[in-house]
Parts: sequence; structure tokens; C-alpha cells
Amino acid sequence: MSNALSVKNLNVSYLGNVALTNVSFQVDEGALVGIIGPNGAGKSTLIKAMMGLIPSETGKVEILGKPIRKTRKEIAYVPQRNDIDWDFPIHVIDAVMIGTYPHLGLFKRPKKQEREWAYQCLERVGMQDYGKRQIGELSGGQQQRVFLARALAQNADIFFLDEPFVGVDVSSENTIMQILKELQKEGKTTLVVHHDLSKANVYFDELILLNKELIAKGEVTDVLEVNTIQKAYGNPLAFMKNEIGVKQA
Amino acid sequence: MNFIEAIIHYEFLQKALITSVMVGIICGVIGCFIILRGMALMGDAISHAVLPGVAISYMLGINFFFGAVITGVLTAIGIGFVSQNSRLKNDTAIGILFTFAFAAGIILITFMKSSTDLYHILFGNVLAVRPSDMWVTLVIGILVIAGVYFFYKELLVTSFDPTMASAYGLSTKLVHYLLMTMLTMVTVASLQTVGIVLVVAMLITPAATAYLLTDRLWVMIYLASGFGVVASVIGLYFSFMYNLSSGATIVLVSTLLFITVFLFSPRHGFIRKVIKSRKRASLAN
Repeated sequence: MSNALSVKNLNVSYLGNVALTNVSFQVDEGALVGIIGPNGAGKSTLIKAMMGLIPSETGKVEILGKPIRKTRKEIAYVPQRNDIDWDFPIHVIDAVMIGTYPHLGLFKRPKKQEREWAYQCLERVGMQDYGKRQIGELSGGQQQRVFLARALAQNADIFFLDEPFVGVDVSSENTIMQILKELQKEGKTTLVVHHDLSKANVYFDELILLNKELIAKGEVTDVLEVNTIQKAYGNPLAFMKNEIGVKQA
Repeated sequence: MNFIEAIIHYEFLQKALITSVMVGIICGVIGCFIILRGMALMGDAISHAVLPGVAISYMLGINFFFGAVITGVLTAIGIGFVSQNSRLKNDTAIGILFTFAFAAGIILITFMKSSTDLYHILFGNVLAVRPSDMWVTLVIGILVIAGVYFFYKELLVTSFDPTMASAYGLSTKLVHYLLMTMLTMVTVASLQTVGIVLVVAMLITPAATAYLLTDRLWVMIYLASGFGVVASVIGLYFSFMYNLSSGATIVLVSTLLFITVFLFSPRHGFIRKVIKSRKRASLAN
């Protein structure tokens, strides 16, 4: 299996504070990877730095074997929900159509074909009846599904999701997870920033455990060890072991 | 003589009318993006920053359009530079640079030894529109509308989700400066009708009025232009009939439109909100 993305020696500082130190890892094509770690561990920073949205001091990021600036359009990014102005005058379907912009290029406008494609993507997340609603009228879970539909509309090979389950109802969470698993079957690679350790073992095949540096990366069962968790979170988390099934060392 | 007859009769009034309508349209169009990006203060800043450019143009004997665009865009770049390269917040950088440009402009204008000009530039005098001004306004109008038409997609995505825009490689900076250039041109076009001091009202008030009525950007743009035109024409009427400053009458009409919509908008209006919260309260009891 080939590398979908590789990160080498990524160092990021933010306003004089070290955010990430020497992070290196590789992700195989078709992997569904969770990025976990405590608050302020640099999880969002990692994906933003990988996309070049935050400047990094050193580091090389390659997507599908090519430098990031040549492969940007192949990455679909689902931002954190609180990064979005939900009062913006835009209907759900038009927000999903933005997903077609990267491949449209300058001066080309989305036409009927793009609109139909956007509706198909909305249907896939079960939101086709909400196309003509203003985005702020939706519940948190529905909003997240709409943004997943926008990512689907981009027809990308790689998906980055930043905290997609925050403020999201259970049924939306299940829908999103089901679609991510489907994408995996289609050979797409997905990285999900996820702050909640519970369910991490059910949702992902592989985990990246982060706390300003890479603590562990690999199969879920290998990463969710008491030792590594302690190293990342800095305190004994005995209370969690039943919940998430951390292996006793 | 009534207003309609006067328009048919007097050429200066026809020019004033055409200029006002054009300014109403383009202020509405650009204003939508200004308010959605939370850049009202930036709009105010750029309009003031045009003053030194206008003064220099007069001195050099060139059309004030060129000088105004140059100092307007330079100020926008200066604001960006200061806020990105210091710990100062954006609005602080705006406050420093636009007052500097405005102050420099006032000094330069006094060298022109014509205080009436300063008064007209600051507050507008649409009834004194010269043919060349009207043409400048028309050309700017066409440029701005074409710019928004061709870059609509880019303006939309950078306003709505700038992170996604830069994630797929769109330069949000470039779009920002494109918008700032258009903003400067709109200010120049508005000099004659509303003047520098009140341009910001024509950018913000019609767009804000439209924002309270619709949930779609393109509808908002059409509505904002419509409100801009209505305010300009009615304002021109009062300015002509009662010999009042055109900038002031246009802005007052625009504000009246806003207040009406603010109160009575079917979805986002104040009265609707009060009724809704009363209903909710009575349901809860």
C-alpha cells in the first residue's frame, strides 16, 4: 500500500510558543486515522500546518507523493463548527456547492450539473430536504452533516475533519461515521481530530496520539496503552480503562 | 416646478440623477461584502484615506480618480502591514493609518486654497456634478460590477469560509486587496454625491437593510443596490427641492429605510422577534 501522506520533522511555533516539535509520521492510502490528545496538544494545529494554513518552521509534508502546494485541491477540509459564521446569508445547497469551487477554477461558475451533484452529496448525508434552509437554522449535527456533504462535493482523495462530533447528536454522529467508513472502502484517506477518547477504538483503525510531539502512532490497540496515554495526558486515567478498553500494561 | 419637470428641463439634474443611481448601485454591491466580512470600520478608513489622493490629483491637474485609488490602496496595504507585523489589533491599525491619511489630506487641500472644494469633497455636492465626473462614475460602476460578477465565487468563499478558501489554494490576501481596490473606486465615485465623510453610510446601511430581509447573498446584493438607488433618488429630490446637502439627505433616507426594515422585517425584524419571544414565554408558563 502506498503513502497517502507523509510528514517529516514538522516544527510549528505560534506567537512564540512551541506548538509542535519534530512531528513525523506516514499514513497509508485508505486509512481512517484519529488524531487524539489533550486540550492544547496541537491537534488542530497539526492539520492546519499540514495544509500550510499555519506557517511551519521546518518540515516537509507530502500528499500522494507530491508537495502540498500541488495537491491542495485533493484535500477536503471540514472546519470546526465554531469557525463558521452561521448567520451568513447562504442556503444549505449553496454551502455544499462551495465544495465544487476548488476544481472549477477562476471565472467558472457552478451550473446545473454542480447543483445536481451537490444535491447528491446532500442526499448521502441525509439532508436533501434541507437544501433551501439558511445554514443557521439547522441543529449542530445537521450543520456538521452539511459540511461533510460539502467535503464530499469536492471529490477529494483525502479528508481532514476538525472535531466533527462536538455539539452533534448521536444520530448525526452515526451518519458521519458511517460515511467515513464508506469513504475508506472507496480508498479515501481520512484524518479526524477527536478530543474524546471514548469510542476512539470503535471509530478508527489507527491513532495519532499527540501532545506537542508525537507520543504514539499506530494500531488503535497499540496506542491506547496505559503507558502511552499517561505520557500524553500526564495523569493516571484508571477511570477510563473500562470505558475505552485501555490495555493494562 | 416639480422634480420630474426639473429633471427633464435641467441637464445638471440629469447628470446628478444618473450619478446618484450608479453610486447607489455600486455602494450596495460592495457594501454587502464589507458588512459580511465585518469590515465596516475598514470601509470608513478607506473612504477617508482617499482625501490626500484627491488633493494631489488636483495639484497635478490629473483626474482625481488616479490619486484617490493610489492613496486608498496604499492605506489598505499599510493597515495590513502594521496589523500583521505588530501585536496591534486590526482596528487599532485602521485607526492610526486612516486618521493620518485624512490629516495629510486636509493639509494638502489647504494648499489648494479653495475651502469650498474641501467642503464639497467632504460632504458631497451632487448638483455640481461635471460631465467628466459622471463618466468616471459610470466607468467605475462598470468595473466594480464586472469585478464582482467575475470574482463572485471567490468573494463568496473568502467571506464565508476563508479557511477553506486558503486550504484549496485561493489567495485570501489577493481577494482582500481586490475588494479594497473596488472599495476605493466606489468611494471615489461617491465623492460627488455623498462625500467622503458619509460614504460609509451608503456602503453599510443599504447592505444592512438588505441583510435583514434575505438569507441569500445574491438576493442581498440586489436588494442593497435597490435600497441604495431609492435612497439616492429620494435624497436627491429633497436636496434639490429644499436646497439641502445631498450627502446628508441621501444618508437620512437610507437610514429611514433601515429603521423601517429593522422594525418590520418579516423574518429578522425587531417586532417579529418580540412577538416570537412573547409566544415562547407564554408557552413556557
